[in-house]
Amino acid sequence: MAAASGLAVDKLPKPPVFWAPLVKDAALAALVAVLLSLPLVGLQTYDIGGGALGIRTHFDWVGVAGAVVFAGRLGLRLLHHLWGGRDRRAGPSLARLAAWGNRQTLPIALVGIGFAVALPLLPFSSRYLIDLGTTVLIYVMLGWGLNIVVGLAGLLDLGYVAFYAVGAYTSALLARDLGFTFWEALPFSGAVAASFGIALGFPVLRLRGDYLAIVTLGFGEIIRIVLLNWASVTGGPNGISEIPRPSFFGLPFARSAPEGVATFHQFLGIEFSPEHRVVFLYFVILAMALVTNAFTLRIRRLPVGRAWEALREDEVACRALGINPTTVKLSAFAIGAMFGGLAGCFFAARQGFISPESFTFIESATILAIVVLGGMGSQLGVVLAAILLVSLPEFGRAFAEFRMLIFGAAMVGVMVWRPRGLIAHREPTIRLDPYLAAR
Amino acid sequence: MSDGSGRVPLLEVERLTMRFGGLVAVDDVSFTAYRDEITAIIGPNGAGKTTVFNCLTGFYRPSAGRLAMRKASGQLLRLERVEGFRIARAGIARTFQNIRLFAGMTVLENLVVAQHNPLMKASVFSLAGLLGLARYRKAELAAIERARHWLERIGLAERADWLASALPYGAQRRLEIARALCTAPALLCLDEPAAGLNPRESGELNDLLLRVRDEERIGILLIEHDMTVVMGISDHVIVLDYGRKIADGTPAEIRADPEVIKAYLGEEEVDGTTEPIIVAPAQAGAQSQRQDLTALGSRFRGNDV
Repeated sequence: MAAASGLAVDKLPKPPVFWAPLVKDAALAALVAVLLSLPLVGLQTYDIGGGALGIRTHFDWVGVAGAVVFAGRLGLRLLHHLWGGRDRRAGPSLARLAAWGNRQTLPIALVGIGFAVALPLLPFSSRYLIDLGTTVLIYVMLGWGLNIVVGLAGLLDLGYVAFYAVGAYTSALLARDLGFTFWEALPFSGAVAASFGIALGFPVLRLRGDYLAIVTLGFGEIIRIVLLNWASVTGGPNGISEIPRPSFFGLPFARSAPEGVATFHQFLGIEFSPEHRVVFLYFVILAMALVTNAFTLRIRRLPVGRAWEALREDEVACRALGINPTTVKLSAFAIGAMFGGLAGCFFAARQGFISPESFTFIESATILAIVVLGGMGSQLGVVLAAILLVSLPEFGRAFAEFRMLIFGAAMVGVMVWRPRGLIAHREPTIRLDPYLAAR
Repeated sequence: MSDGSGRVPLLEVERLTMRFGGLVAVDDVSFTAYRDEITAIIGPNGAGKTTVFNCLTGFYRPSAGRLAMRKASGQLLRLERVEGFRIARAGIARTFQNIRLFAGMTVLENLVVAQHNPLMKASVFSLAGLLGLARYRKAELAAIERARHWLERIGLAERADWLASALPYGAQRRLEIARALCTAPALLCLDEPAAGLNPRESGELNDLLLRVRDEERIGILLIEHDMTVVMGISDHVIVLDYGRKIADGTPAEIRADPEVIKAYLGEEEVDGTTEPIIVAPAQAGAQSQRQDLTALGSRFRGNDV
């Protein structure tokens, strides 16, 4: 069928070019460009002395902008016209690449994990790269955690950073006031964040979509403002510092340790290097992220995971089948929050210092963008999107002030070419074929 | 068919009333649905049929009345007092007028989700499932086996791994019925199962429902406009009009009932066997009023179902 229509397209004569609509369209685009650039480019204020401002005009630049847009738009439409009949949504190669990626999930995942494990040993790796990798992995873990809530259960959560903050502050407070180490605080961070997830879940049980998003957004802000103002406990805007770093089975990463304690490098009998800790932290978050992933992949195939997805598809039908939407939603919130809390605990230990400034709304937005860009519910998509979103601004540093512009353009591009996310493929949780074959 | 001949009552509806503000959608309706029988609820648009269903399955809380479900153990469950999902657990499964499948999931997944409760029990709060214990794996295999049984029955075994949304309309209707049956109900409530089906498909539906009734030994309660389905398979028909029950009896009795003919065809005497499609001109005023009622009803319904 597809081949037949392809042949038909080849044999058809090229359609004639209709200039009038093309020119009209390009003129319209140029008009919009002129209107937009008039105040932005055409007018410039400057200091005329005595604190007053004068205005310079650059109408020639406005003209150039209009001309460039006109020519560009016309050229683009013309190219489109000449190449008509091809897939317009995705560049054909991009679509083929995505389709290939959907089929080869397992090999891609294995290669990715192999690369992640080997990264610190590769010749080109540096402390900077490993640090960046650690940051990416924190976001991967957060993305996987949020994916449970948003991607699987379909509950739009704009305040996910709250659980990240709760986890971070739980471990920081336990360390400061009770002397807990990172490993001792880790389970508590997860548990406290999960209870906060349930606490958020209860009031929003009846809400969906936009309403849910607004309440969760508010919840995220409440947590941040409480952290900011409850200075006697959280240290307010000064945050909490000197959070102990993770140790390697009790061996600290330090040049010298107090009497009777061996450090990591002494124990192994190697030269001290500050990079040991960086690499160790990298492996810790890698392991945590992989556990998150394994857990999610597994639970997706369990009744509770299928109930999450069913709830996303149709809550009314769920109730008619005897599924209790309350417990299903709360379990999604709790488990998603737990992973956020665990990531928060790691974040606190890695930075050694936390303050409410690390947990602003923009963090929630970034994590949500990772999930949505990656393709809702896709584990591999989250990784790709996290790499893109976290490392693109880093590599963009060379472009200084255009950094965010490039970032924005990349996001727009993804949404234009892959509107359902980078990897919009859902693997069924269960198939009939293998069971039939086994019979 | 008479009472006292071994009929087992499954559901007893007594004086059910449902008001939406000033509108009385269901007014003092009583009936009984029996095991091994197909009970049809018919009536013109806006007569309150779907409202009765929504009260039965917990989507609405009735304004007044008593809904009692007799469980296999002989216990009575008062449906108006429990939450909707518990009604389903007690053995009442339903389908919807506008199909409500899990569109983004596969056909097989739809049927396995319907077996959530037994599977959840087997997975012990997901722990046994996470650890992959044999106990859970066995339960999952049993669930797949049951799903496969129904897939073969509705002729969709070949398409088990398709997305539910990719199925043609008639197959989606059958899948929704199979999904309801996967919950192992005692009473299956079908809201217009033949809507949008062609004659061949509705014939197949009739066969399916009769087989389900006889093989599963369950009761079926059905709302339907398609009179070939209603008259062809029902053991027992209840007619609603403006929220009131106007007739209750066997298909033959209903067909001859002057009240029913009046409700469907208007005041003038028309040949009773005609299918109720024609609207007598004298009835035009009443008809438009009825449509207002339908619109009002659907506005209330819009939120929930």
